[in-house]
Amino acid sequence: MKKGAAKNLRAFVMELVVYAVLVTSYFFLVLHLLGQWLFHLETRHRYIYAAVAILLIAGQAVVLDTVTSLLFRFLRGRRR
Amino acid sequence: MFFPISNTHINPIYLVVVGFLIGILGGFFGVGGSFIAGPALRLMGVDWNYAVGTDLAHIVGKSIVAARQHRTLGNVDLKLGLFMALGTIGGAEGGAQLIQALKRAGNVNTVVSYVAIIVYFGIATFMLWESRKTLKTDKRQSRLGAKGVQSKKDRSAFGPVTQRIQRVEIWPMITLPTSGIRISLWTILLVAFIGGLFSGFLGGGAGYIRMPSMVYVLGIPTHLAVGTDLFEIVISASYGTISHAIKGNVDILIALVMHTGAVVGAQIGVVATQYFAGPKIRLAFVPLPLIGAAIVIYTMISGHKL
Repeated sequence: MKKGAAKNLRAFVMELVVYAVLVTSYFFLVLHLLGQWLFHLETRHRYIYAAVAILLIAGQAVVLDTVTSLLFRFLRGRRR
Repeated sequence: MFFPISNTHINPIYLVVVGFLIGILGGFFGVGGSFIAGPALRLMGVDWNYAVGTDLAHIVGKSIVAARQHRTLGNVDLKLGLFMALGTIGGAEGGAQLIQALKRAGNVNTVVSYVAIIVYFGIATFMLWESRKTLKTDKRQSRLGAKGVQSKKDRSAFGPVTQRIQRVEIWPMITLPTSGIRISLWTILLVAFIGGLFSGFLGGGAGYIRMPSMVYVLGIPTHLAVGTDLFEIVISASYGTISHAIKGNVDILIALVMHTGAVVGAQIGVVATQYFAGPKIRLAFVPLPLIGAAIVIYTMISGHKL
């Protein structure tokens, strides 16, 4: 039982490390590039900004959920 | 990291950690976690209007992840969630109007603070009483060896009152096969409207009111109430996000960064619900409204709005 828990914990830590690398690259690539454009939209075109904001957060939710699920399955599958 | 929309410098790691913690709470209890996210953003110097709007945007993303995960576990009643969303949106508008009326009367802070404290303490006390009583009854029954009596159905000490509410026949009656109940549409809309009213009146998603009401008033099993509440939050928080974004109260960049932590937290929270029975989840829920009450009391005593 303890062996299983230790294995799971190790897999989880590994998943977190891989996820952290992905998220850091995401910060620098996507958010940095989008920052100025979104700022411009927020100050000049509020209605478009509102639509883009909801699409971005929903899109990120679906993409990150799929990425983490695949990552978890891939790493756990390899350990079994 | 500089966020030009709200004109603030915030460490992204701080945002990811806050998102992670709120994600766990959201996945496990089906709440938005605005009572943590709002003050956490305020602590970093984000203006109050941006804290409220950005928190809503982040709630949308986190709830999508948690609701998707709950759906794979069969914990979402889509039909109920859609009806609830209608009532919530109506209630949220009503709550916002109430706030405007109190603003005109000039005593908005005092009234909202006292109502919040009474509601939070009321929910915590009631859930503590009910979940402990249900757990004691379950223990007594298992000690008597009544294994046949134990079923997968989520038991509640408030069950007889819930059944009486379900028997109220006001047309149209709705059958919810996923939740295993038949109830008047008006009861669903009323519960959702009250949840929405508190959401508009006290701020946040008001999951701390809606999740218990779904269990105690509608008779939805706790796991389903958590999943369905999250699905419903996706719709109502999206509406709130669009409304706040148009008014210039959303820094979507902060929300996106917070959400990267919330994705992992929400998945952990959802998985954790599988290991706890309904009454135990309800008992663990008790500190949440108490934290909300403590924050309100702190702001009243110190005069600092978190």
